[in-house]
Amino acid sequence: MTVKDRIVEIIAEQAVLEVSDVSMENTLEDLGIDSLGLVESIFAIEEAFDIQVPFNANDPTESEFDISSVASIVKAVEELVKAQS
Amino acid sequence: MKRVVITGAGTINSLGKSVAQTMEAMREGRCGIGELEFRDVERLSTRIGGQVKEYNAEDHFNRQQISLYDRFTQFTLLAASEAIGQSGLTFAGELAAKAGVVLGTAGGGVSTWDDNYRAVYEDGKNRVHPFVVPKLMNNAAASHVSMAYNLKGPSFTVSTACASSNHAMSQAFQMVRTGISPVMITGGSESMLCFGGVKAWEGLRVMSRDACRPFSANRNGMVQGEGAGLFVFEEYEHARARGADILVEVVGFAMTSDASDIVMPSKQGAARAIKGALNDAGLNGSEVGYVNAHGTGTAANDRTECAAVADAFGAHADKLMLSSTKSMHGHLIGATGAVELLACIMALRDGIIAPTIGYEEPDPDCALDVVPNEAREAKVDVALSNAFAFGGLNAVLALKKV
Repeated sequence: MTVKDRIVEIIAEQAVLEVSDVSMENTLEDLGIDSLGLVESIFAIEEAFDIQVPFNANDPTESEFDISSVASIVKAVEELVKAQS
Repeated sequence: MKRVVITGAGTINSLGKSVAQTMEAMREGRCGIGELEFRDVERLSTRIGGQVKEYNAEDHFNRQQISLYDRFTQFTLLAASEAIGQSGLTFAGELAAKAGVVLGTAGGGVSTWDDNYRAVYEDGKNRVHPFVVPKLMNNAAASHVSMAYNLKGPSFTVSTACASSNHAMSQAFQMVRTGISPVMITGGSESMLCFGGVKAWEGLRVMSRDACRPFSANRNGMVQGEGAGLFVFEEYEHARARGADILVEVVGFAMTSDASDIVMPSKQGAARAIKGALNDAGLNGSEVGYVNAHGTGTAANDRTECAAVADAFGAHADKLMLSSTKSMHGHLIGATGAVELLACIMALRDGIIAPTIGYEEPDPDCALDVVPNEAREAKVDVALSNAFAFGGLNAVLALKKV
């Protein structure tokens, strides 16, 4: 499974949606994921890829980790996974 | 001062998953104590408890809720649903703005602490689920009740070990009696039956390995239980105006502190709480027909409690009935007073006194009518519920038939 597929799966589960309902352009807000859902998604991503996501819930926009859309999350995770290998 | 009545009750504990089931078990003198079932139980020397069996969180809550609800919160919400459902109340407008929820718990989310300590210490993980804190905090249960039922008035959690529920219900009673709110949800919840929770109690060496036998000469310690008891405390005229079914009236309470020892009980502290509750209710001791004892089954508690009852009631102590339902459901620690209040309600409403089961040998230090082994029919107008906590913190409630 690719990083993208796995992330879509995690986000879909969090949003209680089908994988097919999640598109790359969606923001988490579009998908109905609130702030608690966001930290839970990041936890699931960390568990799935065994990485540390640099995300601070106090001020998400200041974090290095770009959560502005599903695509930006996939890209950021791909970079983290690559940096680790 | 306003009159305060109970218009709803709910519970889940080892005797049953509703008030009706629990009272039926108490009438039949059934024992809810059995073999504990959880991970690593074989490493404990105490392996019995009043555990809620045949329970699946998934039958009641969705995945997202379970990620936020520790077992003690789950028990609370199930009992709240029964109690508030029975009361027939819905909370909106001014009632919602005033009504609150005051609950007792000693340990809060003990199994959440346990599971996550295990993950980081034993399994060597370096990451825990983001909801660990909101899940384990002692006020989680009260907060989730407030959110589920739109209760926007005073809400908080009281933690006074084994007296937590009685202290919580005393607070709720005060709030309704003094007019702060016409309705308060109250009671308590506890779920310590996991490896760490039982291991900690084991350390004190006051746990029985076979049974809880309060007041019996051969008693050998306490047995832990788990569960929740929730009640709707409502101002009398408010309840009457809407034609609510009134279960019983709450007529008085008292709280005292021994100010002497962190674990040993004191006769004076307990007796002052009993007398205080009678004074607060404007009752004579001779009017009391039933006392639900703290009755833990330890040598120290039962002896001291009987002496305190004898001291507080004088000659009438030999005429009243004093039973400990912990012999059936175990010691629910911070929830115990709440579940035991059901025995008082049953005595007042149904005229049935729950027994002290497992009673085998009379103890001259506990020479009172402890309603041994079998429930008894008796007309009772006033009942007390005792709770005496570690730390010497005591709370006694007085209830009256309506």
